[in-house]
Amino acid sequence: MHSSAWAAGAPATTRCSALLQPLPHSLAPKPFTAISKGHGRSPARQLSAATSSWTCAAATSAAASSTLRGSEQSPFLRPLAPSATLTPASSGPRVICRSAATAAPPAQATAPAGSEVEYEAVIGIECHVQLLTRTKAFCGCPSEFGSEPNSNVCPVCLGHPGTLPVLNSEMVTLAVRAGLALGSDIARVSKFDRKQYFYPDLPKGYQISQYDEPICSGGRLEVEVDGQLKSFGIIRAHLEEDAGKIVYAGADRLSGADYSLVDFNRAGVPLLEIVSAPDMRSGRDAAAYGEELRRVLRTCGVTDGNMAEGSMRVDVNVSVRPRGSPVFGTRVEIKNMNSFSNMQKAIDFEIERQVSLNRAGRGSEIVQETRLWDEIKLVTNTMRKKEGLADYRYFPEPDLPPLTVSEEFIQGVKSSMPELPAAKRARYLSLGLSRGDVAVLTDETATSDLLDAVLALGAPVKPAANWIQGDIMAYCKESKIGMDALAISPSALAEMIGLIEDGTISGKIAKEVLPDLLQGKGNKGVRAHIEKRGLLMISDEAAIGAMVDKILEANQKQLQEFRSGKTKLQGYFEGQVMKESKGRVNPGLMKEILMRKLQGE
Amino acid sequence: MQASIHTSLRSGSLRGLAFKAAHSKHTVASAAKTSVIRDIHEKLSSKQCSSVEITQHYLDAISKTDATICSFITVDADQALAQARAVDAHIASQGTEGLHVLAGVPLAIKDNICTQGTRTTAGSQILRDYVPTFDATAVSKLRATGAVFLGKTNMDEFGMGSSTENSSYQPTRNPWDPERVPGGSSGGSAAAVAARECAAALGSDTGGSIRQPAHFCGIVGLKPTYGRVSRYGLISYASSLDVIGPMAHTVEDAALLLNAMGGGDAHDATSSGQPPVDFAAGLLPVESLQGGSRPLAGRRIGLVVETLGEGVAPEIEGAIRAAARHLESLGAVVEEVSLPTFGLGLPAYYVLALSEASSNLSRYDGVRYGARAPGAADLPSMFSRSRGDGLGGEVKRRILMGTYALSAGYYDAYYKRAQQVRTLVQQEMTAALSSYDALLTPTAPSPAYRLGEKSADPLAMYKGDLMTVNVNLAGLPAIVLPAGYMAAAGAAAAPEGGPQLPIGMQLIGRAFDEAGLLRLAHVYEQTAALPALAAPLAAA
Repeated sequence: MHSSAWAAGAPATTRCSALLQPLPHSLAPKPFTAISKGHGRSPARQLSAATSSWTCAAATSAAASSTLRGSEQSPFLRPLAPSATLTPASSGPRVICRSAATAAPPAQATAPAGSEVEYEAVIGIECHVQLLTRTKAFCGCPSEFGSEPNSNVCPVCLGHPGTLPVLNSEMVTLAVRAGLALGSDIARVSKFDRKQYFYPDLPKGYQISQYDEPICSGGRLEVEVDGQLKSFGIIRAHLEEDAGKIVYAGADRLSGADYSLVDFNRAGVPLLEIVSAPDMRSGRDAAAYGEELRRVLRTCGVTDGNMAEGSMRVDVNVSVRPRGSPVFGTRVEIKNMNSFSNMQKAIDFEIERQVSLNRAGRGSEIVQETRLWDEIKLVTNTMRKKEGLADYRYFPEPDLPPLTVSEEFIQGVKSSMPELPAAKRARYLSLGLSRGDVAVLTDETATSDLLDAVLALGAPVKPAANWIQGDIMAYCKESKIGMDALAISPSALAEMIGLIEDGTISGKIAKEVLPDLLQGKGNKGVRAHIEKRGLLMISDEAAIGAMVDKILEANQKQLQEFRSGKTKLQGYFEGQVMKESKGRVNPGLMKEILMRKLQGE
Repeated sequence: MQASIHTSLRSGSLRGLAFKAAHSKHTVASAAKTSVIRDIHEKLSSKQCSSVEITQHYLDAISKTDATICSFITVDADQALAQARAVDAHIASQGTEGLHVLAGVPLAIKDNICTQGTRTTAGSQILRDYVPTFDATAVSKLRATGAVFLGKTNMDEFGMGSSTENSSYQPTRNPWDPERVPGGSSGGSAAAVAARECAAALGSDTGGSIRQPAHFCGIVGLKPTYGRVSRYGLISYASSLDVIGPMAHTVEDAALLLNAMGGGDAHDATSSGQPPVDFAAGLLPVESLQGGSRPLAGRRIGLVVETLGEGVAPEIEGAIRAAARHLESLGAVVEEVSLPTFGLGLPAYYVLALSEASSNLSRYDGVRYGARAPGAADLPSMFSRSRGDGLGGEVKRRILMGTYALSAGYYDAYYKRAQQVRTLVQQEMTAALSSYDALLTPTAPSPAYRLGEKSADPLAMYKGDLMTVNVNLAGLPAIVLPAGYMAAAGAAAAPEGGPQLPIGMQLIGRAFDEAGLLRLAHVYEQTAALPALAAPLAAA
């Protein structure tokens, strides 16, 4: 796929220490006059510290990174006007809009003040996903999360003089997979560009990204929102590299820190930035889009989608306008949402805030800015207002030849594509499962994988689905493990269901042995395991007869009452026999024998 | 070792004798041009000298002459002697059979090429303490042959200059006249070769940085095709133009070095997978160049008219035209050819090179390595002070110009337009090379000039690159080799036979046809009737 045969393998790298020296105390961006001056707060880092739910260091760093790395903005979402982002130098819009064919003029879509005007929100989402490659985008360092600081580094990802990037072909495969899953056009030739700014976590002083020729263009994601099928457009998806992360010493954030250190483990980790069309109209829409995007990408093995570790980060752009207006309102960007439910709340809050301002005749107070979601107070707050234009001075990356992807390569990826969630949902519906069941069963690939495996072994659909989304899912939730971490083999589960169906065990017994089975204890034979535990159903007529006799003997009074017409006592006797058998008696057979004996036959 | 390797080589070796015999028909009193590398190899193979002796000879030469010439920023004698001892140990245990031709050959390396464990500054204060943890691919390939690295040579800071006066350490002097510059930016390597402080050297060429100093110092400099030699470990100036190449006494030396350095590299996505060629084996045997033979019969050479005439020193034009006549006498057809876009290359080159440079030099921010200005109170001042203190004036000038060219609103007018010009220049040169085997030009309009003569006028300095930059824009290979000498301007008062300055001619070849280019240059070198001059300041 690479035009140079020599780029096939990432270079073997010499590990070297980062020669880390503490950075000066203040990272405050004041002198960056071009971008954001005068804001005393230092946005991203305060944010991560202030968000109390991010207790572990990992989560904090990941969240900080999501805000830090900011966003590549599509010309579509951000017509001509600049946008705010977090870091002084990394922030700002694409002002060199060389391909802004879709740009719409900026406009104030405010209506006259008055409560009659009905408003609608316009929401677009930029999502950075970390690609599940073994190594980094342009060198051979492991791409893993959670290693010792500066242990996954080499001269290349530290930006040492003389080093050069070599494209990781795995990254291209995953981007093509994502593009195919989203129905994008895969560019046969795309290129890399340098996005330039200074920041301590950016080793080369530029980020290798794709500017005007992304690998994926267009696309669509069909999403079911509260029972209604909606289709949200994708504008583009492009490849880029991540930056490192800054760690504050002496405090958990910039404010109060004595100095800062940089961990470059994440520098050079491959990202795919997926930019949606501004097609969403509510927080619920946006959350559904995000959830489905995550589901699709996880299904394809493109990313693990772990929002807490920062492998999926979302920035949303929200504006409101009078319903039916052709122009967009002033767009506000929201960051710092570490789950889709938070994203939904943040958007709904922001819509309400903007609509209220418009209704109150204070529409001019809606300004182009970046706001942060405070998940404790459930509000968005101004992080930084846009004050100037950032110029990233994009230009084609001369160290990398254009990326060419052959038709053959695309076909190869296509043939290895797994079943996508939408197709899976359709298939399950056709099996007779309810919409609600399907939604639960297809949310995680591990769930549907188990179901499919069990169905392939001939298990009946509904019992299999019920067991999986019922007891098994509850067990996983309780044990805090994924369904793919269960030790049970699909054949054991299929056997268990079969034993219920053929009356060998009751559902009650199955529930009793399920924890054993989930731990793999029945993988060599469920029947044998149940037998060993003495829980097989009693279907021997003589044995059941003896038990019934014993109960009747012990309940002479009730027997007389039954025989004198109080037939509803039948249930009482059934319960006694069942209790006597410790639940193991074959219920049908037992009822039959009991009835005969009650009637004195 | 008593006698100079160079002297003993020229007078004593069998090859030299054979060569002289072969030459007598073409030349009057010219010295034999025999490979210094081959001579060292023979001395080692015959156990006439040890590698340590040879290395020590060059270290001695450096200590004698380099105080005047200042070719080196760093001399790593300990490492050089350790490498030499390893070669001697290898010979002692394995014998001399299969000994690589470069084993034990003492080389100088331009200081923008990374050497593991040896300080690499790129001529800049911001990297004054930078010790790479890895070898450039070209260096590791040479290291694998057993070549010995004497040290790192002086250069214009980050390659930005044409005189080596922009080194942040010291200016280098031209061994032909210490009042004059050696050219640049590979001036240290050129001067080290001309002063016989090393057997050969590595340089890098972004817009003429190997070829112009080769011309100024009277040596051979080869700029390979872009992608022929890996750039991994070459500290980037302009990524789409930079290339590492050999600087040597003879064409054969250059070919031997290219043999070892060339080839695709998994660390450099812009390196080429062109199959390796034995460039030295492709040279015509000296015996075959005997009188009356027409080794260049059927070859067509284009003399680029835009590089001659006004603004070019008459002696230089004379030397190039004489070289053209000599090539004709060897059977080649030499025709004047016009490349109308030739003059457009220089401004396009400066826009592109400086744009890329402004980006490539962003990494020198004081965060991970290199000099950091102390006492900065906040991040922006840490960046600006580290860069302000650590980078020199010309570097800052070029970063500013490149930043401007890439800025919003100017990109189309500068960078994009320059890329379009680049395409035109490339197309025109490629078209010309479909009719000609090589193009012949001077290397620069003037010979080596005096220190300070142009440093106050950056534009005059940039104009000196006119004849070399197009080759980089087109990515083509080109070689510069001595084509004559001229009296130093302003040396009229000098006595007869006083200061002479070398003149180098440039031959431009087809992409990845270094073999053809070297063959042509070698024929010229071995048959041209050049006087046997050595730089006056060269080591004995």
